[in-house]
Amino acid sequence: MNLPFQTPVNDPVNVSRRGFIAGAGVGALVLGFGVPMGAARAQGAAAKVVPGTRVPAFLAIRPDNTILFQSPFAEGGQGVWTAMAQIVGEELDADPASFTVENAPPGPDYQVVFGQMRITGGSFSVRSSYATMRKLGATARAMLVQAAAQKMGVPAGELTTQPGRVIHKASGKAMTYGELAPAALDMPAPANVALKDPKDFRWIGKRQARLDVRAKSTGKAQFSIDMKVDGMLHAAVQHAPRLGQTVGKIRNEAEVKAMKGVHSVHVLPGAVAVVAERFWHARRAVEAAQVDWAEATGETYRPMPADFSTEAFAQYLANYQGKEEVAETAGDMAAGFAGAASTVSATYHSQFVNHAQLEPPSALARYNADGTLDMWFPNQAPEMFLAEIAKASGLAPDKIHIHSPLLGGFFGRHFIYPHGTPWPQALELAKRVGRPVKLIWTREEEFLRDPLRPMAAVRFRGALDAKGMPIAIEAISVTEGPTEGIADKRAAKLDDAALEGLTGKKYALPAKRIAQVFVKSPTTLAYWRSVGNSMNDFFYETFLDEMADKGGQDPYALRLKLLEGNVRLTNLIKAAVDLSGGWKAGPFTAPDGSKRARGIAMASPFGTETAAIAEVSIADGQIKVHDVWQAIDPGSIVNPAIIEAQVNSAVALGLSEVLIEEAVYKDGLRAARNFDGYPILTPDRMPRVHVRIVESGAPMGGIGEPGLPAVPPAVANAVSRLVGKRLRKMPLAGFA
Amino acid sequence: MIELTINGQKRRVDAESDTPLLWVLRDDLGMTGTKYGCGVAQCGACSVLVDGSVMRSCVTPVEAVAGRKVTTIEAMEKDAVGAKVVEAWVKHQVPQCGYCQSGQVMAATSLLKQNAKPTDADVEAAMVNLCRCGTYNAIKAAVRDVAGLEAKA
Repeated sequence: MNLPFQTPVNDPVNVSRRGFIAGAGVGALVLGFGVPMGAARAQGAAAKVVPGTRVPAFLAIRPDNTILFQSPFAEGGQGVWTAMAQIVGEELDADPASFTVENAPPGPDYQVVFGQMRITGGSFSVRSSYATMRKLGATARAMLVQAAAQKMGVPAGELTTQPGRVIHKASGKAMTYGELAPAALDMPAPANVALKDPKDFRWIGKRQARLDVRAKSTGKAQFSIDMKVDGMLHAAVQHAPRLGQTVGKIRNEAEVKAMKGVHSVHVLPGAVAVVAERFWHARRAVEAAQVDWAEATGETYRPMPADFSTEAFAQYLANYQGKEEVAETAGDMAAGFAGAASTVSATYHSQFVNHAQLEPPSALARYNADGTLDMWFPNQAPEMFLAEIAKASGLAPDKIHIHSPLLGGFFGRHFIYPHGTPWPQALELAKRVGRPVKLIWTREEEFLRDPLRPMAAVRFRGALDAKGMPIAIEAISVTEGPTEGIADKRAAKLDDAALEGLTGKKYALPAKRIAQVFVKSPTTLAYWRSVGNSMNDFFYETFLDEMADKGGQDPYALRLKLLEGNVRLTNLIKAAVDLSGGWKAGPFTAPDGSKRARGIAMASPFGTETAAIAEVSIADGQIKVHDVWQAIDPGSIVNPAIIEAQVNSAVALGLSEVLIEEAVYKDGLRAARNFDGYPILTPDRMPRVHVRIVESGAPMGGIGEPGLPAVPPAVANAVSRLVGKRLRKMPLAGFA
Repeated sequence: MIELTINGQKRRVDAESDTPLLWVLRDDLGMTGTKYGCGVAQCGACSVLVDGSVMRSCVTPVEAVAGRKVTTIEAMEKDAVGAKVVEAWVKHQVPQCGYCQSGQVMAATSLLKQNAKPTDADVEAAMVNLCRCGTYNAIKAAVRDVAGLEAKA
């Protein structure tokens, strides 16, 4: 078997699984543990396998003592491959730096998210598999020790380990893991293994350098868009301007077919495709195609109306009166409002936003002579895509090989979104032309079909007592949640992702009522980094400041009061304030003469608690965010350096959302389809970011998403204070 | 046929003169370190050096670089300045997803080749490529480190 694509053999992060198997076949790469390909794929195996327990499915230790680890989780910048190496390496007693990590193929062994599923999302990876992965490492270590006992002819109880080797102190004998690996494979996995006392951790909790940084600093890291196989053709598409439209006629089809490099022109559902020898030829030809689009007929997935306007839709949501479905309620709302000394009400807005990950989506499909299919494409859930591809191709799942390369950013982009990903088109084109096809969506086609973070209008009412303290809050969000939007149908239960961040707030208000009024969005919807929290904490925390203003309360003092008795969150908000050098709301004059103010906000996303403070000024009609201080309490941690990086990253995305981004439609069409018309945060607008990690010892929470939700409201609260009027819409406007 | 000098090597490619250099590098020469992000010179993921200066290869017709020296990310570890930049990227653990980082390294290398002692203003003026992961602070720290500017809180 030839290596299926041109991956440098020595590439540290991107040895393909099939390349690895091919290497093993010629005896070049692996003499240690074997990955049970057949067993993992065999039908019926799923019933017997306990996810995360079979060491050979995860670990191969090579003769040189380096370790190849099959990750259940995709690496897209969040650092999970390094975290896996730290966690497994800790219990295995092997240096994380000796690990090479790749994304595991589909298989029952890898369903380790709470022991029952496999996704890279929801900030679940480390927290849901931490215990499993520690035990996996400890089990592998025990197998190596048993093998050493046999080889050395000494009782296992007399053996200890040092990183990468087993030691017999009495005799001075030592063997490396690489030497022991072949024999260890035959050892029974012990039923119970002892885990380390956390005080003895050598790598967990430490600033371990990331495994993928050098490859990503030298252009060697390979993403889906970089994949190449022998005989491959390239494809580009032109999508219908509005989802649901179909191809009526390509007016100049003969001309397009005659263009340089064109192999063939194809009509696909809602798109025209050109297949060519080179991507540039495919793109140029498909963009030259003059297409008459026909209107959607019959039942199609979320057809885009010809008159859709986001501006009008925002007003529609704000005014729409419908059934209020209550997600969370407490206390006596009627009494709260009846006895209120004052009340405040306001309507808040969020916008549609794109994922705008920098790697445009692509997919490479190859039908093989033996009846199997290989597919390479960015994805956050290989097994879920496997099921979809089996349906679409008519092939049995065991005939399909899914390859999941590094993700060039994801932020929720690479789940299953109907009409939102290129793989069905690549699959169809490969079938039609009888050769492997790599399809890349240009940025313009991506922004046209990227499903969006939902828009909402939230109607708030608040009641305050005579001392100006909030006593009741009501939030009615008129929106469609991402889960019900993707499914395109409502479930029996409310979509948690619609309201999270309005629900789950920890402030002790005597009465509350949080409800959804469902309005279907004409656009396609998606999960976006921190999902419902990405907008709902903006709504809640800014309205809370509005209530503070009404009651004449300082926003920090008010929050402290509402958190009385909550030790964890009191400590956390104090940590943020301490990090910022003490609370000062302002407005105040900075040393450079600019007038500034600070805002504060909190969030409880994905099992983690956060508190953020932002300092802002306004210069040349633009909001300038100078500093963001964020305290984050994920309970316990694996890598503080990665947490700091993730908070920086989440701050950038949160600022981009609150200051800049908005996916606009007019007359059913996207107003902007590239970064010129849909700008994202630029380097000059990045503030200093200060992070304090608080380990309260609470159950472990997530890291990839939690740094975001408190940032937009902290900024909005600061700007509102600075300009003396409440800003109730993202992106912020009307402040000048 | 167009003759190019890529990373010190003469290469002949059979591409039309208006083909963007980006796609010649990626598809004709198999050099995928240079990335496609937007195609309209907005993001900078496709940055390469042409005669030592940074250019966005997605909007640079291949004919425009005939007879000029093109340097890509694949050559950075062998370039005196590029190697320092790469080491600073590793030291400061800059990349997250990594997709934009080839272009970021090229932009930093271009700056430091032309100006070994840039000021903060120079760094800000030169480092304008987009990064959706928000690694901007780490990028700035790495460039300042190579430039010998003191670490700032």
